Amino acid sequence: MTAATTTAPSAPQLTPRVGLGEGLRQTGTLAWRTLVQIRHNPWELSDFSIQPIMFVLLFTYVFGGAIAGSPGDYLTFALPGIIVMNMLFVTMYVGLGLNTDLTKGVFDRLRSLPVARWAPLAGRITADLVKQAWSIALLLAVGYILGFRIGTSALALLGAVGLLLVFALAFSWVSVLIGMVAKDPEKVQLFGFTALFPVVFVSNVFVPVDTMPGWLQAFVDVNPVTILADATRGLMVGGPVAGPATGSLLWAAIIVAVFAPLSVWRFKRRV
Amino acid sequence: MDHAIWAEGLVKRFGDTTALAGVDLAVRTGTVLGLLGPNGAGKTTTVRVLATLLQPDAGRASVGGYDVLRDAHRVRQLIGLTGQYASVDETLTGTENLVLIGRLLGVPRPDAKARARELLARFDLLDAADRAAKTYSGGMRRRLDLAASLVGRPRMLYLDEPTAGLDPRSRMELWDLVRGLVADGVTVLLTTQYLEEADELADEIAVIDHGRVIASGTPDELKAKTGAQSLEVRPADATDLPTVASVVGELAGVTPEVDGQLVTAPVQDPGLLPAAVRRLDDAGVVIAELALRSSSLNEVFLSLTGHPVEDTEDDDSEGDQA
Repeated sequence: MTAATTTAPSAPQLTPRVGLGEGLRQTGTLAWRTLVQIRHNPWELSDFSIQPIMFVLLFTYVFGGAIAGSPGDYLTFALPGIIVMNMLFVTMYVGLGLNTDLTKGVFDRLRSLPVARWAPLAGRITADLVKQAWSIALLLAVGYILGFRIGTSALALLGAVGLLLVFALAFSWVSVLIGMVAKDPEKVQLFGFTALFPVVFVSNVFVPVDTMPGWLQAFVDVNPVTILADATRGLMVGGPVAGPATGSLLWAAIIVAVFAPLSVWRFKRRV
Repeated sequence: MDHAIWAEGLVKRFGDTTALAGVDLAVRTGTVLGLLGPNGAGKTTTVRVLATLLQPDAGRASVGGYDVLRDAHRVRQLIGLTGQYASVDETLTGTENLVLIGRLLGVPRPDAKARARELLARFDLLDAADRAAKTYSGGMRRRLDLAASLVGRPRMLYLDEPTAGLDPRSRMELWDLVRGLVADGVTVLLTTQYLEEADELADEIAVIDHGRVIASGTPDELKAKTGAQSLEVRPADATDLPTVASVVGELAGVTPEVDGQLVTAPVQDPGLLPAAVRRLDDAGVVIAELALRSSSLNEVFLSLTGHPVEDTEDDDSEGDQA
């Protein structure tokens, strides 16, 4: 090619709609874009790397002895729950990214291209799953250094990671809704963390529930964070699995059923 | 086909605000239509409907013969969009932004990279190719936006206020780029608040106000209708004012406005300027100032609508910049 031409000389071949394979490829490209952003903004990497490590260290060494007798015992109890908590926090990047694209105009550019309508969202979520896998691996590695050991099998561990990713996928819809409702990216973080903190702390992630008042325990028992933490503990350390795992999947289905239509509705109002 | 872009009776409401109250447009293939109007007039909403980003409440529009609602995907394969709201990703570099779009359009990675380089070279951005877009100056950023809309070699290009907020030099550079595209055969829909910009670039101008096209025609027709220029004369000696007023009045064919020492009259023909000099010289008038000034959008508006430009600040529909 010698000169920069802007128009094709012949009539372009137009396709009536996007094929599934093409849409998936576009999703991959948009996921790549989200991950390339991390390279330009290393702070984001520290957000989902240093922060969870800090949580593990703080809880294990500051509260661990007081709650469980020794930091080592506490780590065995708390690490699966911390992984759950971190997973929920990381899903907020989906809403944050979508909101940034909406407010900065990138979303309109993408929608003016012959791209599958679902690809921008699917690309975000795919990139998020990569971040999730990275965070889980990092937390398990740090846990291992501090003395955490898998008490079950490699297969059960894989099951735990799979369950966490499925739940992350479902919970992303909460994040998407926040991203659609919030006026700017700062508000996404504010809404997201305000909503997440009580749900995460009023659970059995950090402390055994016996000392909580009865009405609070009733909430803890149905809190999806508790149920997912139980399932993760069961799969990583040992204990009952079938009940909490089924409960987690049920909650994931409920979250999708409620938040996916709400998100789509808000999305249509916004653009 | 005759009209590359065509719209009839477009209506769009946002709550109580009527952004479009029945917009009719037709852009002939290979030409530039300038959509001229103030903030909040409905320019951006019109472009968003024609770019398949927004569904109209009523009316029809087609691009390249394809309906923007029924055949949105085909329309998207024909158009390129550059505007205040259709932006590049500012965290990515210039190259990454263009490669991203190429990849989304199904271009293999090496070809997408080659195309990115070609566009960056054409838009004088090669030195900044590997810098994040957020570090670009205003003019560079607009050029990257324009490059991004050209990755897919569009047949129709929408430029939504492409030079709003740019300094005069960057504005001229962008105009040259647009002229180059038109020479390549691209059909352009340009929205602008500047009469001068529409005059420079457009084959036809449609003036839009309150969601309706209130006048359209070639720049010359529009100028003839509105008196696109004013002749201004200031005599060195105040006693010459009546003479100046009568000469200017005779040439312009209307009674001139006298404001202090300055005599002003709207004129259609720029050829009047030398005639004015000759006549005033013959009358022995010493001139302190003599100028032919382009009418502003304000004056065009005043003459078309009888009311001055009001900047309506509603809105999700229109950008608030400029």
